[in-house]
Amino acid sequence: MSYEAIVIGVSSGGMKAMKIMFSLLPKGFKTPIIIVQHISAHSDSQWIQLLNGTYTIDIKEADEKEKIENGKVYFAPPNYHLLIEKNKTFSLTIDEPVNYARPSIDVLFESAAEMYKNKLIEIILTGSNSDGTNGIKRIQEWGGLAIVQDPKTAEAAYMPTSAMAAIKPDYILSLEDILKLLIKLDKQKQ
Amino acid sequence: MSEKKQLNPLQFNDTSDLEISSLLEAIYQKYGYDFRQYSEAHIRRRIMNRMSMSGLKDVSQIQSMVLKDETFASQLLQDLSITVTEMFRDSGFYKSLRDHVIPILKTYPFIKIWHAGCATGEEAYSMAIIMQEEGLYDRTTIYATDFNQQALNKAKEGIFSNKMIKEYTINYQLSGGKESLSSYYTSNYGNVIMNQSLKKNIVWANHNLVTDSVFAEVHLILCRNVLIYFDKDLQNKVQKLFYNSLINGGILCLGSKEGLRFTDFYEEYKDVDKKQKIFKKKYQLAYALEG
Repeated sequence: MSYEAIVIGVSSGGMKAMKIMFSLLPKGFKTPIIIVQHISAHSDSQWIQLLNGTYTIDIKEADEKEKIENGKVYFAPPNYHLLIEKNKTFSLTIDEPVNYARPSIDVLFESAAEMYKNKLIEIILTGSNSDGTNGIKRIQEWGGLAIVQDPKTAEAAYMPTSAMAAIKPDYILSLEDILKLLIKLDKQKQ
Repeated sequence: MSEKKQLNPLQFNDTSDLEISSLLEAIYQKYGYDFRQYSEAHIRRRIMNRMSMSGLKDVSQIQSMVLKDETFASQLLQDLSITVTEMFRDSGFYKSLRDHVIPILKTYPFIKIWHAGCATGEEAYSMAIIMQEEGLYDRTTIYATDFNQQALNKAKEGIFSNKMIKEYTINYQLSGGKESLSSYYTSNYGNVIMNQSLKKNIVWANHNLVTDSVFAEVHLILCRNVLIYFDKDLQNKVQKLFYNSLINGGILCLGSKEGLRFTDFYEEYKDVDKKQKIFKKKYQLAYALEG
């Protein structure tokens, strides 16, 4: 099985988790990674530029109509929902917040599930609300691979715990072990 | 790998692509509203939400309801149109508008502004406040248009829930507001009512960007976070409409994630503020030579 994309939902404690994750991602990692991180509507994109300058992998904010490419990490922009179209491009919307969040993890996950079906890996990381729980259900229904950060190892356990109450994840792992798994799966990609 | 799971019958499979395009076609044929070139992921999400809220089992059922039941049709229309907006949304944009666009507008004896896709009007009122503070409002007309009549009616009333006022006040202050936002409304039982003096030069009109044509020549167009819902061809079509509606040297303001790069009009504008997506229409050659 070769996966076409990885979607990640992360909330409080996310900045630290992202830094650990990017530091462990090897050069040449192919599978595109698409991330919703809950962030203030007023924040600008400088933190993304900062991350991009720090790590080897190409990290950017998703643009509307942008084609999703291998070897890239995309963040949903603050104050917009991020969706994926059938032609593997991004759409942005300003629809009302979902689970009090815009961008919302559920919105990304649900549209990604429809697009990538069983070729999708989704990951719920640290966070203190239940955004992402509906999305992860949808992804499992479509046969995607569901990974949840072990709540014991998460800075905020609520979000992974909420996901685990709704589905039986394929894997429950620490962040470091999630990365090991992703690297292994990425090697199977052509 | 996880074991094979039973597919949820509520879920859509690929046949729903066909069903959705057939539904959009039916809405267009019967009611004249054209969502056929909207972002598919967005439309799908809204339709699926309506389906589960109304307890319907598939898209075909929605279609037959839409054709038979006008109340349901109008509800679906509300679902599909974008009515989310804020006063002074993206304060950095409004700050830049004050700093870079107002000085240009001040040079005109009268000023016509088109706010395209105004939804419930919060940003049109924001514009009116700025023009008033800059001493320009008496010679300004703001055409605020939307295809959603229900939203327009609400905009015209100018009564908003006070739940968002705290956020709006922060936006207003960050955008370089010169007064207190509360001087522009009166509070009344959990609502705020916008001052009559702000309404006097706003013309609310029903206009559909997808199906209607140019209706005025204007100095400034604001169309923010509408085009992100459209596919590339439709974006281009609407940009043509905007180009033909602007005077030479007119200003076009788009949403912070929107741009002209993938349209035919990229070369026809220069940047006023690249980050805030404020563009100035270049003078056409004939005019430039004369001027």
